[in-house]
Amino acid sequence: MAKKTLLNEKEIHIILHRLACQLIENHQDFSDTILIGIQPRGIYLANRLVQLLQEEYGIKNIQMGKLDITFYRDDFRRRNEPLQASKTEINFVVDSKNVVFIDDVLFSGRSIRAALTAIQAFGRPNNIELLVLIDRRFSRHLPIQPDYLGRQVDVIKDEQVKVGWKENDKKDVVYIINSDKN
Amino acid sequence: MAKLSVTNLLGIKYLNKDDIDLIFKTADHFKQVINRPIKKVPSLRDLTIANLFFENSTRTRLSFELAEKRLSADIINFSAAQSSVKKGETLIDTVNNILSMKVDIVVMRHPHEGAADFLSKHVSAKIVNAGDGAHEHPTQALLDSYSIREKLGSVKGKKVVIIGDILHSRVALSNIYALQLQGAEIKLCGPTTLIPKHITKLGVSYENNLKKALQWCDVANVLRVQHERMDIKYFPSVREYTQLFGINKELLNEIDKDIVIMHPGPINRGVELTSDVADSKQSIILNQVENGVAIRMAVIYLLAEQIKRD
Repeated sequence: MAKKTLLNEKEIHIILHRLACQLIENHQDFSDTILIGIQPRGIYLANRLVQLLQEEYGIKNIQMGKLDITFYRDDFRRRNEPLQASKTEINFVVDSKNVVFIDDVLFSGRSIRAALTAIQAFGRPNNIELLVLIDRRFSRHLPIQPDYLGRQVDVIKDEQVKVGWKENDKKDVVYIINSDKN
Repeated sequence: MAKLSVTNLLGIKYLNKDDIDLIFKTADHFKQVINRPIKKVPSLRDLTIANLFFENSTRTRLSFELAEKRLSADIINFSAAQSSVKKGETLIDTVNNILSMKVDIVVMRHPHEGAADFLSKHVSAKIVNAGDGAHEHPTQALLDSYSIREKLGSVKGKKVVIIGDILHSRVALSNIYALQLQGAEIKLCGPTTLIPKHITKLGVSYENNLKKALQWCDVANVLRVQHERMDIKYFPSVREYTQLFGINKELLNEIDKDIVIMHPGPINRGVELTSDVADSKQSIILNQVENGVAIRMAVIYLLAEQIKRD
């Protein structure tokens, strides 16, 4: 199993700042904006961005929610291992708000499709954007593209992109893992 | 990873502690779902569920039906009163006829003990037992424990007294199994004629005096006197039953702590519970009903997960 570092801590740090600035460019004071981290791995990225926006760019009152998509997935009963649901925390109405979905890796686009269905249970947003740290290009099954992206990569199907966060995985790093048996 | 250890829900007897934990954890998510503006998820949109009620039921059937609809399953309902069962059709024939209509899960209530078990051996669909005679009523026991856990934080170490007609009660037996798996202490209380002869062999104790039983417990699960199942007189009169085993406010005031009052419904008001007790702050009877939908969603979802599609 070969492991290659795609992004190191410093690179991730720079990318997070850029993404935060791009969000500010489009959402100014975030008064009509809701950031939604996609469970489970999107939450780390969402928390980091909120922290950056508050501490470095002085934006107060950012609304952030967590969305679990387990019951909205289209591969229920098709997987070998059952999925464990995580908690959804959206304690506000998303009606007429600008929603930004936040996830670590965009691959087939199916999770985001599920998230688009799931968010409807909380109202009708004005618009929905997508922010991802890693965009796995050429691997989409659906016509879904990110509005904000950290880094675009071309990886083949056997390779896995793994994003690690300090708070959970000891350090900020993005690996490309080759599960090839060679 | 988390999977149920059983392929049908026939009774609590066949479950283990991990199964119960998984069902509760899944129910937590569904309880959230049913409190949203849009109360459903699309998980089961390609599955069909048959609710077969060979015995009358209102709340259990409604609760299952709602749970299935909240999971987006297609459902068909059947009740024995308007069916060919009356014309002499056997259980397997009735069910196989329904299964030919491509049904994936069967929820069944039946007046005979072991009916669900029997059916599971003869048909390929998943079976959920919604009550078989005086045997088991697993989803009721699960929602009872879930409600205790919600109210008191956990079931482990809690003292639960089950009061009333234990002899005719499937709720009692399922509750005994479920509470024991989770480490609760159980006492039964009721007229000796309504206590099954060897029930203490299950590791539960018996108390004839209601006040003593209430003083001992944290939770009182009060059962309904099932007049319709009584072929003979088990106690001299309803009035005497109420005097000895009915819970009223005065009795609760004499106890120095606030115990939790539960009832699987429907309540005979003025018989096993007075209205002021049933509607008091200590009563979690309506929470039980709400939790029933979440628990049944969890059970059906976890069983549906086992029906693989390629």
